[in-house]
Amino acid sequence: MQFDFNQTYFTLFGMQQGFAIDTRELDQRYRDLQALWHPDRFASSDDTARRLSLQASTFVNEAWQTLKSPLARARYLLRLNGIDTQEDTNTAMPMDFLMQQMEWREAIAEAKSSRHLDELERLGAELREEIAALEQLLGGQLDVSQWDAASTSVRKLRFLEKLDQEIGDAIEAVMF
Amino acid sequence: MAYSEQVLDHYENPRNVGSFEKGDDSVGTGMVGAPACGDVMKLQIKVGEDGVIQDAKFKTYGCGSAIASSSLVTEWVKGKTLDEALTIKNTAIAEELALPPVKIHCSILAEDAIKAAVEDYKKKHQ
Repeated sequence: MQFDFNQTYFTLFGMQQGFAIDTRELDQRYRDLQALWHPDRFASSDDTARRLSLQASTFVNEAWQTLKSPLARARYLLRLNGIDTQEDTNTAMPMDFLMQQMEWREAIAEAKSSRHLDELERLGAELREEIAALEQLLGGQLDVSQWDAASTSVRKLRFLEKLDQEIGDAIEAVMF
Repeated sequence: MAYSEQVLDHYENPRNVGSFEKGDDSVGTGMVGAPACGDVMKLQIKVGEDGVIQDAKFKTYGCGSAIASSSLVTEWVKGKTLDEALTIKNTAIAEELALPPVKIHCSILAEDAIKAAVEDYKKKHQ
């Protein structure tokens, strides 16, 4: 048996390279590939085959984790095009975006301290809409190879995911 | 992870929390954010006619290290000229606060915030 570790995750799942993917198809092919390469199937094979199955199923897992998350998928597409999203080093976000981030944090902190569950849930719903809109914008930027704009959108998405987590934590803190 | 005493001191008694009027001609505002952890930092300087920073304020949403880093630099920039303020390096912040390697990005954020504030002030006075 052979496994190509140099293929892209898109090739692995037999999908066209791009941001828009069919997640049901992705899940189905993931299950097929996992069944094919699962180490349990190679328990009585020789060392080489056992090692190969372990490496292949790890690769398949990473590929699936990457493609199923919009953020990780976008980052991966940018990497395939030689672009580093600079999430650890680039702190120069647009001013209006950062102002908005401050306002979000203030609204969350206020709703949390006044134990306003309805307000936290409303903020969560508003944020999910914002995330969906940003993911759509990001998809469009990737489709037309606007790499810089797409990198900025990836960095923005990181902030929104952090907010989502904070709203979740605040709701938990108010409820329990 | 345990915070150093220096971080705890700034975290529990942050210096210079607050803000100045953004539109004020003598004020420079720097806003930066770290995508990896979602921290957002606003740092403002108030500059005298002699070009010396008279006062500084900050507002930071983030972990203890990010708050301590911004609190510390608001102390450091006071009495400095704009050019002197630009020489503040993240490594000095990290050293003063004894930040562990995983928190170095907090000190980078504070350095970038000063630079952004000075740049904003200079832009107003071109």
